Amino acid sequence: MGVIVQYTSFVVHPFRTLRFLHECAGRAGRLRRRKVNVSTGIGERVQRKEDRRLLNGQARFVGDIRLPRQWEAAFVRSPVAHGRIRAVRKPAGAEARVFTAADLADVRPIRAQSSLPSYNASDQYPLAKDKVRFVGECVAICIAPTRAEAEDLAERVELEIDALPAVVDALKARQPDSALLHEEWGSNLFLTTFFDGDIDSLRKTAPVVIEREYSTARQCMNPMEGKGTLAHWDEKAGQLVVYTSTQVPHLIRTGISEFLGLDQGQVRVIAPDVGGGFGYKCVLQPEELSVSWVARRAGRPIRWTEDRREHLVAGANTRQHHYRLTAFADTRGRLLGIDAEITVDVGAYSVWPFTACLEAAQAGGNLPGPYDFGIYRCRTYSVATNKPAFTPYRGVARPGVCFAMELTIDAIARAVGREPSEVRKENLVPAAKMPYTNVTKKFYDSGDYPESVAQAEKAIDLKGFRARQAAARAEGRYLGIGFSTFTEQSAHGTKVFAAWGLPLVPGYDQAMVKITPSGSVEVRSGNHSFGQGLETTLAQVASEWLSVDVSRIGVVMGDTGVTPYSTGAYASRGMVMSGGAVSKAAEVLAGRVRRHAAHLLQCRAEDVRLAEGKAWHGAAHVTFEDIARAWYLRPDQLPDDVETAGLEVTEGYKPDIDTGVFTYATHAAVVEVDPDTGRVAIEDYFIFEDCGRRVNPLILEGQAYGGAAQGIGTALFEEVLYDANGQPLTSTLADYILPGPAELPAFRLGHAETLSPYTRHGIKGVGEGAAIAPGGAIVNAVNDALSPFGVELNSLPATPERVLGAILKAQAAREAAE
Amino acid sequence: MKPAAFEMVRPADAPEAGRALAAGDGAVKVMAGGQSLGPMLNLRLARPERLLDITALPGLSDCRETASHVEIGAAVTHARIEDGDCPEPIAGMLRHVAGGIAYRAVRNRGTIGGSLCHADPAADWVTALTALGAGVVATDGTGATREIPMPAFMLGAYRTALRPDEIVTAIRIPRHSPAARWGYHKICRKVGEFADAIGAFVADPETRICRAVFGSTGGAPLLLPDLAAHAARTGSPAGLTTVKTALEHSGLSLSAVKIHQLAVAHRRAVEEALADV
Ligand SMILES: Cc1cc2nc3c(=O)[nH]c(=O)nc-3n(C[C@H](O)[C@H](O)[C@H](O)COP(=O)(O)OP(=O)(O)OC[C@H]3O[C@@H](n4cnc5c(N)ncnc54)[C@H](O)[C@@H]3O)c2cc1C
Repeated sequence: MGVIVQYTSFVVHPFRTLRFLHECAGRAGRLRRRKVNVSTGIGERVQRKEDRRLLNGQARFVGDIRLPRQWEAAFVRSPVAHGRIRAVRKPAGAEARVFTAADLADVRPIRAQSSLPSYNASDQYPLAKDKVRFVGECVAICIAPTRAEAEDLAERVELEIDALPAVVDALKARQPDSALLHEEWGSNLFLTTFFDGDIDSLRKTAPVVIEREYSTARQCMNPMEGKGTLAHWDEKAGQLVVYTSTQVPHLIRTGISEFLGLDQGQVRVIAPDVGGGFGYKCVLQPEELSVSWVARRAGRPIRWTEDRREHLVAGANTRQHHYRLTAFADTRGRLLGIDAEITVDVGAYSVWPFTACLEAAQAGGNLPGPYDFGIYRCRTYSVATNKPAFTPYRGVARPGVCFAMELTIDAIARAVGREPSEVRKENLVPAAKMPYTNVTKKFYDSGDYPESVAQAEKAIDLKGFRARQAAARAEGRYLGIGFSTFTEQSAHGTKVFAAWGLPLVPGYDQAMVKITPSGSVEVRSGNHSFGQGLETTLAQVASEWLSVDVSRIGVVMGDTGVTPYSTGAYASRGMVMSGGAVSKAAEVLAGRVRRHAAHLLQCRAEDVRLAEGKAWHGAAHVTFEDIARAWYLRPDQLPDDVETAGLEVTEGYKPDIDTGVFTYATHAAVVEVDPDTGRVAIEDYFIFEDCGRRVNPLILEGQAYGGAAQGIGTALFEEVLYDANGQPLTSTLADYILPGPAELPAFRLGHAETLSPYTRHGIKGVGEGAAIAPGGAIVNAVNDALSPFGVELNSLPATPERVLGAILKAQAAREAAE
Repeated sequence: MKPAAFEMVRPADAPEAGRALAAGDGAVKVMAGGQSLGPMLNLRLARPERLLDITALPGLSDCRETASHVEIGAAVTHARIEDGDCPEPIAGMLRHVAGGIAYRAVRNRGTIGGSLCHADPAADWVTALTALGAGVVATDGTGATREIPMPAFMLGAYRTALRPDEIVTAIRIPRHSPAARWGYHKICRKVGEFADAIGAFVADPETRICRAVFGSTGGAPLLLPDLAAHAARTGSPAGLTTVKTALEHSGLSLSAVKIHQLAVAHRRAVEEALADV
């Protein structure tokens, strides 16, 4: 039964509402569903509205759309990593169907400005102009009635390119003698940032000093649906209409209008169903510009669909970090300080609008993570290399920093001879210190971080495990346990993004909520749903206020023509920001509904209660349909001084603080390593997560499973490899290994609900979270398992090749010593 | 990733296919399940003008048993073998190997003959059938057939002994005695992935035939008879160091990790085969 909950009732001290709903995923669902009057408001395990069409093959992706006279496009892509273009020759007789940089002369290069000092901006022409800077960079676009014919044409385009030395290794790229991607900079540095702390004093005094190098592999996000864009000029509307697979339709509209030199009013962007984004689709793609331009020029709809090979080559754009890290601790393992140097392998260009800097800025700011310590020094280097342009991926920078930090905690624990999870708990920000401002000035709003480790220890049975581990070792089997804790800044607000110097700063969101003449509800948001279930959860927020069942609440997203401006879906902001906006609009609308109902029920508005899609005064009620019919069709039933604002409300929302709200979690993994093959098998995996108010536990669990699956990809499987010339060696899924169902454990979940005091309903963002921690948890477990071999792995992924290689190397070293 | 234009035809019988192949001079290719050729076409690494679909040729989808052999048509799919639709020359081995290839969608189309002709060093049948002492039956444009023993069939990575006018029509596998033992151990990154290392071991106490084969070596499967004899004689695999030394001296260029994985795969295959002897 829908209950109207006053927003103020959620603003309570967080720790009083700390509820540990320690549960296995399915059980809670079954219990809850037995309620008689099923509410579909906040907190309910509502089945996803979008799944019917998605699972029945009735969704509509860019690839499903077919417009009259539509043609297909194929790109000619650079076969070399670095080179100067001498000539691009169109095939004889097909000149009108092939376009190059020379044709697109009136298109501005993609240039993402940043206000950060030392930042170097790059110009990325949608079709490479003078130089090519990575294998797969677009050089020409070819159009034909079918994709196969467009590819035939692409094959006949001749490229004359003088190869230049390829810059493949970000550390070497920092050296003064390196070849340069953007000569005018005089270096390969997009950006360097600094945090300064008095580390030198620690160097002299700290009893424990741990020095490590860590690295994470370059990855490719692999959404099930790749990119895709279909554009045409609509003469009646005077608009370029662009269907594109994006997370951020309004941003893309702004980007296309800026770089094509069109007024915003001349561009409409529609993101239809989108098959996964993960960050891959939160930036303006050069292909979006080329296709849009060509559609106008050719006077017909043009579509391009990214294929998997294009994705694995030109989309290999994320995650690659390198760390040099020194940690200082006391003899109990209490962290005193961290000194770090982080190198991010950014690739060739700075993406719009998030720039090449977001990753390193976040890495430097988030490395201290959930830990309570006082001295921090960090330098970050964002380095240009001949690889695709770095794009933020689910968890942005944190999978890297969490990996570095969590391995460091375990290394400290080993150095002081204590159980790593004990050392971890002692170092985490204690609940009593909340809210807490950390060493990089991050404001942690609420939570009990050490308790999340304690919960994970219990669930995974740490004590029992140590006994099991010893017994197994005696039989020659190697089990290990690993923990990994992180905080995730979600729904960052204006100040945070402004501090990153971005050209485009998000701050708030608007939403429209409306009651239709038949009493159903329509929600419009400029955000977008691409698998994360926003279509359902936004409906739940509206349902919370209006008490209408979600089956009668339609959610419209993704079309800039009909939705309010939103910067879109990224940074785990959807539920907080768009959810907040829907909540506010629905609250205002609920007030109007009550006032109209009061007239029909002949009572005071304050005495009207909304429940089950009806307005009640005592036992008397009118339905939403009665109210809507009166408003739309029978105004004669309403008073003369009727409130004319109507049953349609647009409202905006900004959280009470601008600094983001912090979700946190602890992951715990038990693995068995086969020391003969290097294979790592995950025996048990537990996630304890606190994301504030759980709007839909079912969706949340799905997000945790999916995120953790991707994190396991990071931990054990995924790695883009290049040869010395910058040629990608992993251009098919036979070489770039993604985990499949058989490689994933049955995840177990536990939850706390520490409501954020600063957001509507106490919601915190959570979409990205679970992808962050698996690298740390799993490699800590691998290192625990392999401690008898004297092996410590410090790079991702922990492939059989790496694990076995390390064991064999340690063995050889031992034998040599003997 | 769309193939260049090609024609697709169905020849009436194997000799016609052989003649078309020879006449095509490289521009004509056989297509069986398309599970290896398909990706090559899409990547435009192969660009034949014409494809000969051989899956409907008479006899190519049959399985037969004689007193001494099991004969499997070249176009029999992995899935049919997995499902037990073919007689076993040795208890359960073919089903086991078939079930470990890729995933079901690939097995539904991919064929045993296609797998052998593709001659991918990391593939399963080339190694398994070498261990079973199989022969490959090839038919040429005149209808003449010859049987090529496995070690002579696969010459190296993606290279076979087929002549320009030959296609493979069947695989002949000698039947083993009920006392025969086998072990097959595939080390791979994930379920259904191509192998990083394969150890295959077959020993028949009645015929006194034993074979130890190493697969995914970068070339044709490697037979090491001494190691096979050791296992058959002693009932247990040779020591890891012995196996690794043998691999180091095999003439193949193998990394330390690869050698270790091959040696472990061999050990596990032998142990599996002789577990309860
Ligand atoms: C995702 C995926 C995973 C895979 N994993 C594995 C694995 O784990 N292990 C494994 O062993 N294999 C694996 N394969 C390959 C699979 O087994 C293929 O079925 C097999 O390699 C080729 O068989 P095919 O019938 O599809 O041949 P096709 O692709 O049709 O042909 C392959 C080649 O053989 C030639 N050819 C085919 N039949 C004949 C014939 N009768 N005479 C002469 N020439 C012929 C063709 O001209 C072509 O050159 C995988 C494939 C995929 C797509």
